[in-house]
Order: sequence, then C-alpha cells, then structure tokens
Amino acid sequence: MNTRSLLAKLGPFLGLLLVIGLFSLPTEVRGYFLTYANFKIILTQTVIVAIGALGMTLIIVSGGIDLSVGSAIAFTSVVGALLIQHGWPAAAVVLAVVAAGSGIGLLNGAAIAGLRMTPFIITLGTLGVVRGASKWLANNETVNYDASPINSWMTTADPFGWSLPAGSWVALVAALGTALMLRQTVFGRHIFAIGSNEATARLCGVPTVRTKVLIYVVAGGFFGLAGLMQLSRLRQGDPTVAVGLELDIIAAVIIGGASLSGGVGTVLGSMIGALIMAVLRNGSQQMGWPTYFQEIIIGVVIIAAVFLDRLRQAKAA
Amino acid sequence: MSPRLRLTGICKSFGATQALRGVSLEVGVGEVHALVGENGAGKSTLMNILSGALPPDAGTLELDGAPYAPRDTLDARHCGVAMIHQELSLAPHLSVWENIVLGDEPSRGGWLRRTEAKARARKALARLGHEHLDLERRAGSFPIAEQQIIEIARALRTEPSVLIMDEPTSSLAQADTERLFGVIRQLRERGVSIVYISHFLEEVERVADRYTVLKDGQSVGTGTMKGTPQSQLIRLMVGRDVTALYPPRVSSAGAIVLEVSGLSAGRRLKRAGFTLAAGEILGVAGLIGAGRTELVRAVFGLDESADGGVTLAGRSFPNRQPRGSWRNGVGFLSEDRKEEGLMLPLSVAENTVLTKLGSFGRFGWLRRRDIAAAGATWIERLGVKASGPGQPVRELSGGNQQKVALARLLEHPARIFLLDEPTRGIDVGSKAQIYELIAGLAREGRAVVLVSSYLPELFGMCHRIAVMRRGELVDCRSNADWTESSLMTAAVGAAA
Repeated sequence: MNTRSLLAKLGPFLGLLLVIGLFSLPTEVRGYFLTYANFKIILTQTVIVAIGALGMTLIIVSGGIDLSVGSAIAFTSVVGALLIQHGWPAAAVVLAVVAAGSGIGLLNGAAIAGLRMTPFIITLGTLGVVRGASKWLANNETVNYDASPINSWMTTADPFGWSLPAGSWVALVAALGTALMLRQTVFGRHIFAIGSNEATARLCGVPTVRTKVLIYVVAGGFFGLAGLMQLSRLRQGDPTVAVGLELDIIAAVIIGGASLSGGVGTVLGSMIGALIMAVLRNGSQQMGWPTYFQEIIIGVVIIAAVFLDRLRQAKAA
Repeated sequence: MSPRLRLTGICKSFGATQALRGVSLEVGVGEVHALVGENGAGKSTLMNILSGALPPDAGTLELDGAPYAPRDTLDARHCGVAMIHQELSLAPHLSVWENIVLGDEPSRGGWLRRTEAKARARKALARLGHEHLDLERRAGSFPIAEQQIIEIARALRTEPSVLIMDEPTSSLAQADTERLFGVIRQLRERGVSIVYISHFLEEVERVADRYTVLKDGQSVGTGTMKGTPQSQLIRLMVGRDVTALYPPRVSSAGAIVLEVSGLSAGRRLKRAGFTLAAGEILGVAGLIGAGRTELVRAVFGLDESADGGVTLAGRSFPNRQPRGSWRNGVGFLSEDRKEEGLMLPLSVAENTVLTKLGSFGRFGWLRRRDIAAAGATWIERLGVKASGPGQPVRELSGGNQQKVALARLLEHPARIFLLDEPTRGIDVGSKAQIYELIAGLAREGRAVVLVSSYLPELFGMCHRIAVMRRGELVDCRSNADWTESSLMTAAVGAAA
C-alpha cells in the first residue's frame, strides 16, 4: 500500500525522467540537450505554461475547467504593452495586468457559480469574447513599446546574476505559495471539498458560490501573471499570441496527476507536467523533428499519461 | 418540562404544490422519534425545514422551549440540530478528519489549525467508539459502513441535541445496521434526541420510542411505539388497509430454466452456482459486498466472468453480453436506478421500449405512436403515476420510476428476471404493488432471481433463498428451512 502510494506520487517524476532519458539516447543530441544552458532554456520555456498551470490546478481540482486561458494571456499581454506605452511604471503595470487577469476570472467565476452554468460552456464563450476584446484593444495589430524592465524577466542572459531568469523565480515562488494555500488554508481545502463532492460541501456549510468565484479570480490572477511573462518574452503585446495554449496548460495539469472530475491534483504534479511539456518541445527541436511531429508526440503523451493514471487508480481502488 | 423539540402548524408550498399542511411534531429529550410515511408525504421537506435548509411558510419551531429559526444548515448546527442524509455524502477524496470538520474548520486568519481540527475529529469519533479510525486516510477508501460512521461523526462534532437521520440504513447490510442501532442507543443514553426516518417498519419498531405518521403533508397519527402493531402504521401511511404486504406464495413446480455453475468474476465472485426453475422466485441474501450484485451481473453478462458456465433452458450460454441475454429472454434490473437503470431525461415510453427499439421501426424509422402506446399500456397496467407516456422519468417519484424500470422487462418480454434490490428506497404502497407484480410473474411460470438486503422481503417473497458470503454462494435452502438467525449466521460466517 505504502509503496504503491509512493509510486503514485512519483509517477509524474518518473515520466519526466523517462522523457529526459529518451532525448539523451542519441549521442549527437545528448551533447547539447544535457547541458546546463539548455536546461536554463527549458526552464524559461516552461514559465508561461507553469504559471498558467497553477491557476488551472485550482480550477481542475475544484471540478471546473477554463478554456479561455490562451485568450486571457493574449489580453493581459496587450493590456501590459499598452500601459507601458502610456508610461506606467513597471510595478503598476504588473499590478494592473494581474488585476486584468483576475477581472476575466471574476467574469468566468460569476457566470459559472452565479448562473450555475457549466464551466466548459462559459469559458468556451469567453475564449472567443476575450480574444476578440484583445484584438479590439490592440487595434488588431501588435502593440510595441520602446523598453521596459519587464523585458528582462524572460531572458536567459541573466542580467540580475540570479543564474535563472527572473520569470523562473517568480514561477517557483508562486508555486510554493499555491501549494501552501491548497494545503494549509481553509480556502484551499474547500477547493478540494467542492471538487470531491459539491453537494456535500454545500450542505456542510461551505460557501460554494463565493469559493468558486474566488477560485476563478485567483486563477485569473495567475493567468494575468502568465500574460506578463508572455509580454516579457515577446517584448510586445500581441493579441494573436497563445492560441491553443489552454490545451498545453490543461495537459500539464492532467499529466501531473489531477483528475478532470475534480478532487485530485497537486501543485508539484502540475509543475512537473509543465516541465514534461517543455522538455518534449525542446527535445523534439533538438532532434530536428518537424513541428507537426511534435504535435503528434505531445498528443500521444497526454493520452498515455491519463491512461497510466487510470491504471494506477484502478489498482488503488 | 418542555420537550426538546416542538414544531407547530408547519406549512410549506412549492409553487402550487402544498408539501406540508400544518404539521406538528414533538420530540422529547433522549427520545428516538420515528417519522414514517410514504414517499411524497412530506418527510424530507419537514426535515429540510428542521435542519435549516428551507424556511417554513407558516408555523413555529421551538428548541428546548425557545424559538428556533435557523438561517441555514450551518446556523441550525450551531443551534444543536444536525442531519445525516440518506445518500452517503462524504467528499471521497478528502481525509477522514477533513470530512468531519468540513464547513466548520477551525482556523486562524484563513489558515487551517490542523492539530485542533484533528482533535475535534478524534473526539467526535470517540463518541461513537471509533477513535481507532485512521484520520489521515481518504474517506472514499473505507467500506460503506465506516463511511457512515464518519458521516455520523461529522454530525456529532458540534455536539447536537437533535440528530435527524434520513433512511440511515438504506445502504447498509444487516450487521452494519445492528452496529448503527447500537450507536443510536448510545446517543439516546446521552440525551440526544433523534428523529429517525425510515421505510423499514421492522427497524422503526425496534429502535424508536415514539412515532409520527405523515400523509399528504399532514401528521395523521402519533403515539408510543411499544404496543403499536405494524399494520396500524401501514394503515395510517397508506390510508387504507393493506392486509398483507407480501402476496401469498404459490408453490412452484417447473423445469429448470437457468443453471449457473462455478461462476467466477472479478475479485468479488468465486465459483457460485445455483439453479432456477420456471415459476420460482429465488432469493439471494448476503452482506453488502458479499458478491450478490456481482453474481447477477455476471449471469446477465454485464461483467465478464473468468470461469464457470451458465446454461439457459438446457443450452450452454458462453460469452454472455447484455444484448445476447435480452435476446434469450433474460432481463436485468439494476440496483442503481438513477445511474444505471433508467435514462432519467427520457420519457416513460422510451425507457420502457429501450431493449427492443428495433421492433418499433419500419425501414429504420421509428413509429413513435406505437412507442407511446406501449408506454401508455404499462402506465395503466402497473398504475404508474405519470402525466403520460411522454413524461420524462426524472419527474416521477422513486416508486414510479422503479415501476417503469420493471416495465422494460415486462415489455421485452423477459422469461427470466434478475432483480437487484427492486424495492430499495421506495414507499410501502409501491412496494406492495411490486411484490404483487413479482408474485404474478412466478404464477405465470416465469423465473425470478431476487437480490435483497432486506430479510423480511426475502422471507415474504421467495420459494428458496441462497446466501452469499465473500463471493461464494454458501448455502441455498427452501424458505421454510431458514430462520432469520440461521440465515444471518450463514451470511456472516459464524459457527452455527
């Protein structure tokens, strides 16, 4: 029993090792793939999906889903670019962008909890709404600005001498905070309770409507933060960026062991899931595989991960 | 001394429906008060009002002589009124202690106080004599009886003075029911007042001090349990004389139509065998998890069987699949009406003809009028309370849903009926009708396997009763050769 639960916890880790191992097999790739410089690149590439996966973990654990993340990231990056254009200081831009993300989350959460509609439908709707709004806001073109300290967050050039790009540190701190919140706060445990059995949570006096709205608001904040990272990476606000990124983020959370039916999921798992996605992309590029082949591989990995998880669950039952 | 709980003239309407029309109820300190009545009599509405989930339209509630008007369930709990619901309602992914403190977690500035929470959970479990339960284990991983203990502990953590139990035994096997009764007696000794809702009159008779009968939203009778015959309760509940709940048994004599030998499937069914004759009702008894459901599922072909054989009317029947079973005249009624038995959003008629939809087609087009006519026939013949064959099954009461589920087997028509808990959670009136229906099938020479957790039902209905224990069919005797205690002995595996 104990070895099995240990194995279940290590599952995503083993997956990560397996993927790294596979790309290290061909000698001509290994030489570059297994270098510190490349891992720094992978970590940087992970940041956006990882921060998005933090928010998505909260939502999926509560039994919900959010399909509008890609649009939210584009929207918040456009907002950030416009504010920089208008000469806002970096700190104010950061706050405003996170607030914009939370605003979209508030919209989603209020519609889902208040109108009692399915998250899938609501966020499928906001996927379009928010994407359209970002194009409108950006006048249907990229928003350029001269320079901003935010640009340096996602470079591997290491301007601060922190060995990793600032974005990675932000993601790490955010992950620690989220893990702590999920485990140690009443709000965090209520997220699990709602995902596990919402009717019970309600009759036990858990404020389900308020909690659900708050889940989407907090998650929206993370999506705003991810939008900021997107902005820093592109150095411009692009309303057409991150199309389909929600699927990568959902996949990371699911590969990390969360259940789409709610009640199960960990921050650590989701972070490893995000890393697996990044390693797959990076490794495929090193191997010189065309992008269509990467897409197929990632699709297969998602299905395999969920299938293995089901086997694990069946054994545990 | 004022009673612990006094409800006077409670009224509640939902739209045009008057669910409660001036109900009064009094429960003393340390009293187990049974609330009985048919489905739709207003029991759940009354309990929802008592537990704070619904406000009454009119009437007053008093707790220990003081007015009691809970704002919501949490407020009710803080006033000392807690409820245990019919359906087990744990959050399966959360740990035992988290379930017990759920909704009322001790915290400081939003941060959980784990030690305090666990201490409270431990204390609540200790009141039930179950302090040994592993607090960190996931609630969903416990057997159903332990899950119920966790649920009762949750209700007890606020040290309630009134505990409402809604059909607490509906998913329990006999031995677990006994344990629950022990817990109830213990609570009563501590002065906790218990409102006990149940369809099982035998249980009510054993556990309750007093009773109140609800019918059509009114209290039609109240009194002391001791010395009140069951027949009187039934009369009050249905408003007419039900002379006997179980129809007379006609002795069966017929050819063997079904022979099962050495059937194994999954981890829960090990080499079980039995024979079934035309015109016979064979009961299958056993504790929850003894493999009764698995047995009928494997016979029907719903679960793959690893070993063993099934012979239908002298012909071997390997590689069973539900589709083939229906074609061979074997019908199956699932114990889980809502999840597996019925398509709730579909109409009465569509649910009835589902197994033979093809025969209602012409060149691939369905003749909807014929389907509706078939549905209407069964609504009339089984006395289903529905607005018509087009009404969605979801809108019917439990008893009427079950009649629709049975109508599917009759419409097909099946010759062998595998019925898994056919009367679970339905009211006495519908039960009597379903018993009559099953007895009628046997009289017509059809064969019935009746799986049930309810012993009086098995003794009332069956010609022979088989007992299962840990996946094995350990004994099968004719009805007269069993007593309730010998049957329970066989089911728990104690030395006779």
